Amino acid sequence: MIRINCPYCGERDHSEFSYGGDASIKYPSLEASEKEWTEAIFFRKNIRGFQLETWHHSNGCRMWLEVERSTVTHEIKSVRPCHPDLQKVVENNK
Amino acid sequence: MKSKRLNKLGKIDRDKTLNFTWDNKKLSGFEGDSLASALLANNIGIVGRSFKYHRPRGIFSSGVEESGALVTIGSKNRRDPNVRATTQELFDGLKASGQNAFPNVNFDLGGINNYIGRFFAAGFYYKTFMGIPPFEWGKGTTIWMLFEKLIRKAAGMGSASRLPDPDSYEHAHDFCDVIVVGSGPSGVAAAIEAAEKKLDVILVEQDSLVGGNQLSENDFSTSKIFNQLKSLGIKVMTRTTAFGLYDNCVVGLLERVTDHLSIPDSTLPRQRFWTIRAKHIIVGSGALERHIAFNNNDIPGVMTVNASKHYLNRYGVLTGEDIVIATNNDSVYETANELSEAGANVTVLDSRTNIEIDSNKNFEIRKGFIPYNINGTKKIDSLDISKSENINKVDTINCDQVLLSGGWSPAVHLLSHRGVKPKWDPENACFIPSDTKENITMIGSSRGLWNKDDCIASGVAGATDALNRLGVSKTNYFFPKPGGWQNPIKPLYEVKYKKSRSKSFVDYQHDVTADDVRLAHREGFISVEHLKRYTTLGMANDQGKMGNIIGLSLMADLLNKEIPEIGTTVFRPPYTPVPIGALTGRNVGKHFRPLRVTPMHQWNIDHGAKMIEVGLYQRPWYYPKKNETLSDSYIREATFVRKTVGICDVTSLGKIAVQGPDATEFLNRIYSNAFAKLQVGKARYGIMLRDDGIVMDDGTSWRLSENEYFMTTSTAAAAKVMAWLEELLQTRWTDLKVNVTSVSEQWAGAAVAGPKSREVLNNCVEDPSLISNENFPFMGVISTFLKGKIPCRIARISFSGELAFEVYIKSDFANTMMDLLWENAQKYDGCLYGLEALGALRVEKGHVTGAELDGRVTIDDAGLGKMASIKKSYIGSAMRKRGVLSADNRETLVGFFPTDLKETFNAGTIVCEKNNVKGQGIGRITSVTHSPELGHWIGIGFVEGGLDKWKNTTLVGADPVRNKQMNLKVVSPHMIDPKGERMYA
Repeated sequence: MIRINCPYCGERDHSEFSYGGDASIKYPSLEASEKEWTEAIFFRKNIRGFQLETWHHSNGCRMWLEVERSTVTHEIKSVRPCHPDLQKVVENNK
Repeated sequence: MKSKRLNKLGKIDRDKTLNFTWDNKKLSGFEGDSLASALLANNIGIVGRSFKYHRPRGIFSSGVEESGALVTIGSKNRRDPNVRATTQELFDGLKASGQNAFPNVNFDLGGINNYIGRFFAAGFYYKTFMGIPPFEWGKGTTIWMLFEKLIRKAAGMGSASRLPDPDSYEHAHDFCDVIVVGSGPSGVAAAIEAAEKKLDVILVEQDSLVGGNQLSENDFSTSKIFNQLKSLGIKVMTRTTAFGLYDNCVVGLLERVTDHLSIPDSTLPRQRFWTIRAKHIIVGSGALERHIAFNNNDIPGVMTVNASKHYLNRYGVLTGEDIVIATNNDSVYETANELSEAGANVTVLDSRTNIEIDSNKNFEIRKGFIPYNINGTKKIDSLDISKSENINKVDTINCDQVLLSGGWSPAVHLLSHRGVKPKWDPENACFIPSDTKENITMIGSSRGLWNKDDCIASGVAGATDALNRLGVSKTNYFFPKPGGWQNPIKPLYEVKYKKSRSKSFVDYQHDVTADDVRLAHREGFISVEHLKRYTTLGMANDQGKMGNIIGLSLMADLLNKEIPEIGTTVFRPPYTPVPIGALTGRNVGKHFRPLRVTPMHQWNIDHGAKMIEVGLYQRPWYYPKKNETLSDSYIREATFVRKTVGICDVTSLGKIAVQGPDATEFLNRIYSNAFAKLQVGKARYGIMLRDDGIVMDDGTSWRLSENEYFMTTSTAAAAKVMAWLEELLQTRWTDLKVNVTSVSEQWAGAAVAGPKSREVLNNCVEDPSLISNENFPFMGVISTFLKGKIPCRIARISFSGELAFEVYIKSDFANTMMDLLWENAQKYDGCLYGLEALGALRVEKGHVTGAELDGRVTIDDAGLGKMASIKKSYIGSAMRKRGVLSADNRETLVGFFPTDLKETFNAGTIVCEKNNVKGQGIGRITSVTHSPELGHWIGIGFVEGGLDKWKNTTLVGADPVRNKQMNLKVVSPHMIDPKGERMYA
């Protein structure tokens, strides 16, 4: 079972979370072209090793998290809030 | 076999007699017996019939690796099949019976299979699937279809009860620093070492007693060890199997709470399914003794050597009178001594010649000899033996029991669950665990250590490893080297029988013979994974605990390779079977999933509602009057809504408070239609798209003030939309000052729909002037008070197409609101309506819901393309017209009438062109209803090219599932009041 250390709630089972998706994607602006959006939505890397991904603490504090997880071993290297302001709060509280 | 109870030895209580039945025969045993030991004490030799050939089978082992003594325990709704008699504790009143046999295990008609066994060789199933050559080779499965029932009846083991399980099961959770699996000498040493260093320790033991294989020692005291563990504060969990290891040091346990009790306390669960989250896992799961494959090596009376020692010293049962022990290693000699001291006549065949053995000479040792063939069918008459070089029968020994030891296999299963492949140790002829970076340490004989001192040392080393990794200490430690016997083991896996048609069993569980392995090789299934699937080697209850290595060695031999080159199959959880009931726990019946009810749930029921589940919600389905059917009722309800007024509970809709200075900008980005200029006091219907341009959900948003909106979503998509809004605000548009809060539970809602709805509301609110057409136009929103000064929100929106309002109130006042609305609705000959009538009304209007917006439909497909803004960019705007999404022949929303208006149809009907009724057709009907207004059945759905292409053509509705077909007319989806005059009235 994957255990995720939520910055707000502490370490919790993955069953409390919902998997989001690839956290490394920079979504284009709404005005961007169909081509740019196609790139962002459909062309994904299939990483073997550590990847950045989003998880939603949907049965917890509802925070969206950026998680660095190995797709081979499920090892989690880092967890932080997606929102930059929340990141700062967490950093300051360390 | 002549087994019997002795007057001495054993850890049983001879003062406590337990009565039980075996195949309806009354027998007795003692407290402390296993079912297997009690059967042996009663000299019961045959306890089962084998999987394919129905050969008589006895008890092979004394533990979880058992594949012969699989029996059925209990009866009726407590019938539990395929229970290992070796691990089932005896209790007073236990009812056990043999299985896979007719009429019984002693005389089984299925035994015919033994003589026609060549038709059931490996790959039998696959070949049958392929058809019988040459008549139907490759054509398929006629023969299979013909014989499937017979084959399924003949194969297989016990059958499960078809009745509901009367027992309860529990899920439990715990945390600890270190969990130790196994209470043998190594596990106990590790647990004590870790506990003395103040770590929080759980020790898990699958047996009822702690001690592991020491329970087979004459002078071992289990209670002494147990008390020592308890005094150190260690949580000792007996009758508990660690069946699997998972990520992040999570261990799955199955605790058998009442399986050993005659009359369990009714408040106790039968079993507990534990999830333990540890910081470090120490595995001392022991090793399992292997048998040797030779002809007829499955005749009742064959057993592993260590099992016999177990029966002798733990249960006081001597398993035979004239015993031959066949071995290739040193582990058997203590047992040989003890058996002969207990009165048996013992001969040891040791495949090795050049060995030194310290033992008293109460028994004969024949060095350089191996077993060749057992004579007998239901019991052993004699054993033919061979020299280990130049295999052939040279002598025959009269005996009633043959004990086997082909070496020991460390139980590396749990480590294998973590994807760590074991490595082959040629010196000890076994797989031993490899190292892992995870916090898991293997100790004791599961590391390949054969003597007790080494096991204890490895336990201390394992605990030290855990302490170091947890940062408690920094101490050097070392593990003893694998092995520990005086003389080296000499691999012996199979003794090849000279005559054809031998039955040398590699894996007893599924009757896999050495010839089956050779057949798999001949037919090209040489990889271990193919070998497993083709022969079923290593499958079912025991998962190859005894036979796997033998099968691998045979294949290695055939390929002229070494075992490590062949590899081993991956062991996956569970280590021993886990009942489905334990996995399910309390989540059965009404607790299968959460139940959501609206605050007026009881009110609805009190007013005659029949309920239906929608997602997790219970919603009113219809409100039948006397003797009304569903169809009578919803047609009446929908008719009254169009004629007078109806009240409907709409609380299950998702409700989200969207607040903040950027709320307007936010909504303008997520909805495809314009929201920037929505005035305070107005609501708007909106459609959200996904990033890829497909419709996600629809709903309304009400502007309550400059910076506050009240959003409704569909019932089904409420959670999804909430998560989506949070994702956008927390990951993409982090500069927007918006807060979203789910308020679905906080507000109760009711729709008031129909030409008299305004009159009803007039009577319900404190200030009726607010409700007039001038003050409260279509899509208007007001915050006001119901009578009794109860604050509420009302919007004039319509799903039914009639003049209609949605009234929301704080959930605590839901019943008050319903009472008030209903009291006044009745004055206008109104009705309560449920989901079925709601559906009928919206289909008549061509309004889409989840049945239409199924994740494949664009806003244009749904006929709502005109709503989409062309002045702004929003989520999905760049993608909604990409490539195929703007093709001419897209399936678009239309209405359907049956050509013959008396005809009916169902949702799911496939729409086809005439004379071309096949495949997926050119469209589908998604929602249907009888239209009270039109007086016949109508539907909405999708068809390629839409209304313009087909409005003058008769199409065909095909419903192959219900064997139905009808002609269809394609019409506009807006079947009633297309201009919407009623809504604006």
